[in-house]
Amino acid sequence: MGNDNHAKTPAPGLWGWINARFPLDTMLKEHVTEYYAPKNFNYWYVFGVLSLVVLVIQLVSGIFLTMNYKPAAADAFASVEYIMRDVEWGWLIRYMHSTGASAFFIVVYLHMFRALMYGSYRAPRELLWIFGMLIYLCLMAEAFMGYLLPWGNMSYWGAQVIVSLFGTIPVIGDSLSEWIKGDYFISDITLNRFFALHVIAIPLILVFLVVAHILALHEVGSNNPDGVEIKKHKDAQGRPLDGVAFHPYMTVKDLWGISVFLLVYCGIIFFAPTFGGLFLESPNFDPANPMQTPPHIAPVWYFTPFYAMLRAVPSFAGTQVWGVLVMFGAIALLFFLPWLDKSPVKSIRYKGPLTKIALALFAISFVVLAYCGMKPPSPTLLLASRVFTIVYFAFFLLMPWYSRIDAVKSVPERVTYHAH
Amino acid sequence: MLIKKLAPALAALALALPVLAHAHEGPSLPAAGNDIRNEASLQRGARNFMNYCSGCHSAKYIRYNRMAADLHIGEAELKQNLMFTSEKPADPIISSMPAADAKKWFGVVPPDLSLIARSRGTAYLSAFLHSFYRDPSRPTGVNNVMLPGTAMPHVLSTLQGVQTAVFKTEDGKSEFEKFELTDKGSLTPAQYDEFVRDTVNFLEYVGEPVQTSRQDLGIWVMLFLLLFGTFSYMLYKEYWRDVH
Repeated sequence: MGNDNHAKTPAPGLWGWINARFPLDTMLKEHVTEYYAPKNFNYWYVFGVLSLVVLVIQLVSGIFLTMNYKPAAADAFASVEYIMRDVEWGWLIRYMHSTGASAFFIVVYLHMFRALMYGSYRAPRELLWIFGMLIYLCLMAEAFMGYLLPWGNMSYWGAQVIVSLFGTIPVIGDSLSEWIKGDYFISDITLNRFFALHVIAIPLILVFLVVAHILALHEVGSNNPDGVEIKKHKDAQGRPLDGVAFHPYMTVKDLWGISVFLLVYCGIIFFAPTFGGLFLESPNFDPANPMQTPPHIAPVWYFTPFYAMLRAVPSFAGTQVWGVLVMFGAIALLFFLPWLDKSPVKSIRYKGPLTKIALALFAISFVVLAYCGMKPPSPTLLLASRVFTIVYFAFFLLMPWYSRIDAVKSVPERVTYHAH
Repeated sequence: MLIKKLAPALAALALALPVLAHAHEGPSLPAAGNDIRNEASLQRGARNFMNYCSGCHSAKYIRYNRMAADLHIGEAELKQNLMFTSEKPADPIISSMPAADAKKWFGVVPPDLSLIARSRGTAYLSAFLHSFYRDPSRPTGVNNVMLPGTAMPHVLSTLQGVQTAVFKTEDGKSEFEKFELTDKGSLTPAQYDEFVRDTVNFLEYVGEPVQTSRQDLGIWVMLFLLLFGTFSYMLYKEYWRDVH
């Protein structure tokens, strides 16, 4: 089987003809049929492939939206309604895309939480983690710019608020926000450039990073819930003893996961596309109006944890920049995770109570901050935002300390797996 | 063990917690009580809209013939009963009032109502249409509790009659308490409720004409995915029997 394929005489027919000219067979083997994934994956491991599924959904639905959308301040809002009402299946394409945006963040947040639990960011997977974080950054830029395109009133004022964050940076702030907008206010020009960035520039980088993410994954191999390296124990053919071929074993398992995902995703598309005003916010059914703000401006739910942090920090020395720094710091810290975790073990299964409590508090702080960021400010929510912003940062900043002193259980040589 | 297996799903639910909490808040207005599947109500709502609203308000994102097709109104009936201007059935529903005149007469251009049910909600619309009251200090002679200072006259006053608002003063702040119907209209309060319910129902339809067919199709999609999910689960279990 397999490994000495190059030395053989080419296979006959079209397959052989292609493989004499392009490493199709080698690539398929390396990444699909002979890529070995740990057999002890649990359902947490489905969110990676789901991110890929959502990426494809967004790319394809986005192409069809672009065929009917008009990126001009005078036409954008009407063209979205034209898609919703006059374009054949336009409503489905649009709801796929708008629900897909939220679905993307749901699966990516769960994917990241999985990495936090099982230490998937630890050596030798630091670069894999960093590629993933860069994908997350791109995703946020993509979502932010895409949200302006329907040119609803929340689109307009949401963009106004986010762009004004850059304006708080000392010295260069004003010219920076002017440079982003291409104008003195959010205008037709801003819409045009956001469209260009949303439909080509960022997706291109995103796809490139996804390829890099997968290549890095296949280079170092997948982590697993036990946090042990399956490459340490191989059979005579060099296959990991605790691995199963990605195809067909992982593909059929993922297919089952994808069908559950689609059930939820389509359930939202067909029965609750606005998702109670969270996936499509009601003020966004009013066209952009520079003269009138919506009753309460909040970013879409996936940004609200960071928005809550922004609001939690008081202005100091005559500038709001501190909140902006905290907000970006909250994301920047994630990049350093591989070097903050000093635990001798990777997986939460073998870590001690301190780490478990820290991780639970971190998850709670994320959800609470998300809630605080959605609501109009109030003294109680402000206090909650401040407390949980501190909890969020403590999770990272104290990690070198608690991960080192925490009790650990002994890690098994091989993965734990119960056959079906 | 089951809890552990369900952990990812539970985590997804945890992410949805703030979402659900958010959805259940907001001003507690009584529900409009309309039924988007009641075609007779939608037809009456269309009649109400064309007779009482469309003089000033457009619904520019819906065409006459789309509405007629969806609500099963024949073309002759449409032209005779619901189209009062020189437009053709394929034209969108545009008010005949020029924007410049509207601005001169009311101070504002009446908003397009295509998406009003989606941006404000049906409960708000129902409450709004129930909340006009006599206020001689306003140029229109009426005011509205839901939208104080509204430029909109009470165009339905011949139907509803005219209400007086009773305010109670608490801690020096005047607060709305209740309405009293001082001049009766041509409809009884119950008939007026139905009139509003039908009109709001029509506005909900106009907000998303595809809504009911979307849900109908959705049931088939769900059934297909359940079947697909069952087979993909069986396939997964079959393959993984080999993994020890």
